[in-house]
Amino acid sequence: MADIRPSGYSKHRKPQTYSRRLGTRATPAQVLLSERVGGMLTLLVVIAVLPLLLTNNYQYDVVVNIGINAIVVVGLNLLIGYAGQISLGHAGFFALGAYASAILTTRYGLHGALALPLGALGVGLLAYVIARPILRLSGHYLAMATLGVGLIINIVISREAWLTGGPDGMYVPAIEVWGFELYGGPVWYWIVAAVLVLAVWLSLNLIDSPAGRALRALHGASVAAEVAGVDTTRYKVMVFVLSAVMASVAGSLAAHFSEFVTPDKASFFHSILFVTMVVFGGMASTFGALVGAAVLTLLPQLLADFASYEHMILGLIMMVVMIFMPKGLVPTLSGLARRRRARS
Amino acid sequence: MPAPLVEFLQFLFSGITSGAIYALVALGFALIYNASHVINFAQGEFVMLGGMVTWALLSQGIDLPLAIAGAVALTMVVGLALEKLAIEPARNADVVTLIIITIGAGIFLRGLTSVTLGKDLHALPSFSGDEPLSLLGATIMPQSLWILGVTAGIVVLLHGFFNYTLLGKAILATSHNRLAARLVGINVSFVLLLSFGLSALLGAVAGILIAPITATHFEVGIMLGLKGFAAAILGGLGNGVGAIVGGLLLGLIESLGAGYISSDYKDAMAFVVILGVLFFMPSGLFGRRGTERV
Repeated sequence: MADIRPSGYSKHRKPQTYSRRLGTRATPAQVLLSERVGGMLTLLVVIAVLPLLLTNNYQYDVVVNIGINAIVVVGLNLLIGYAGQISLGHAGFFALGAYASAILTTRYGLHGALALPLGALGVGLLAYVIARPILRLSGHYLAMATLGVGLIINIVISREAWLTGGPDGMYVPAIEVWGFELYGGPVWYWIVAAVLVLAVWLSLNLIDSPAGRALRALHGASVAAEVAGVDTTRYKVMVFVLSAVMASVAGSLAAHFSEFVTPDKASFFHSILFVTMVVFGGMASTFGALVGAAVLTLLPQLLADFASYEHMILGLIMMVVMIFMPKGLVPTLSGLARRRRARS
Repeated sequence: MPAPLVEFLQFLFSGITSGAIYALVALGFALIYNASHVINFAQGEFVMLGGMVTWALLSQGIDLPLAIAGAVALTMVVGLALEKLAIEPARNADVVTLIIITIGAGIFLRGLTSVTLGKDLHALPSFSGDEPLSLLGATIMPQSLWILGVTAGIVVLLHGFFNYTLLGKAILATSHNRLAARLVGINVSFVLLLSFGLSALLGAVAGILIAPITATHFEVGIMLGLKGFAAAILGGLGNGVGAIVGGLLLGLIESLGAGYISSDYKDAMAFVVILGVLFFMPSGLFGRRGTERV
């Protein structure tokens, strides 16, 4: 998975910003190597080539899960990395999407392709309602409030067994399209890949839009942004809702892919895992988010060999990487590469 | 005593008992936050270590008082090591990065405990028997009195420490302004170390006190840690009185909520109330109103 390399981001960041600042046109080579075009091309190539390397169901399973997590993390990165607002509760939105798909299809006989957008709509509305009071908070108070929202969702899902199956979880049927059941790794690979590309494309465009500049201003200095005329609350709410909806969509996909959901999906640990993916890869870097999702989805698989030592090693890796690379993998490594080139 | 009143008293006792434990955990959060502006998500693991190590020493045939002392000392060593090895090297990192480091430390400590001490549930013996005492018609366990007494003692000691000793004042000074504290000659990095050690002590004591009632387990720190954080936030982060009031309130909300509304939603109720409080008072009950320098 090391192939998801944001080559444009690392190699030619400077020329790109210079040309933009001076208002000159970027050369075709620069466009090709920029994060938007070059990074996107890299992602498409990786997605196209990867199936050639996958030989069994287990590998497909892992890769599809990477894709599902990546969709959540790309959204969460907009909130944490760009808008500078922490959330320790996004697993709650993920689980709501998953359970919306599960409940609407099994209990109300809705089609899976209809349940997913309905779930996303519901989660979007919920996020919109709680966004204003929650995003008034800052720092650790915001962390507490989002954590609380996630935990409450988790507890409600565990307790309302008549609807959700309780702690045992519930079964989710496969989606059927024209008599053809969407089932198995290879099929879901392309579905998740398509949604992921859409999510990345949306994220890159948002960052480059006026809204994206407003967001970055928010992160840098919220009060200054407000003084400069940025409606900070509006943008914060917008990104919060967007990231919640992306988590919900990913949750629905995960539910139909694994055909089973449990309240674990809304756990505090799951929320933390998403945040760690954002920070691990590198905040405020869409492709860093992809790397973070890939590394942290793969890690437990690789550590499974260590059996009972698994958690010790996972905790150690989290600590060591964050201590020595506080900015995350992608920014730290690309910074190193740039320095080395400058020296030679 | 009329029955409803007795019932109410019963809920009150159990609420204050768990509230005192939350208060101790919350004080640990506040202490570290004041000295370093770090929220230590491994605080719950201190609580877990206190109970688990005491059990482990007891099972080796060591007397209870000695086992308790050993567990507290070991947990303090863990707290000091956490500060030295993980927090100090990352001093200038982002808030989110520091949160992840402490969560990583928590996962590591849970893993370490499950490998060395196993994954079973263990109960400690009560400090002075299991004969319930009768109070105004309701019953109260002797262990609850131990919890309330020790917590009250710790609060008095901490009050004295922060108000009447040079070291305590040095911690307070550092929490107000780290640079100024350093300029007047306070060894700031020692203060940071001390705050982690004290905080580990508070956590371990809480874990040992509660273990005879709820039993102990390598994952017992997760929920206790989150509740302690919630209590610290409810009272206003970094405020000692706030942490104690927040902890007691949290315990009462849970026990009264579980008793009168729904025991299924006992854990959720505390968080609903906290969200409600934060919506109207964004810095908690006793928090300083934040002014931001632009």
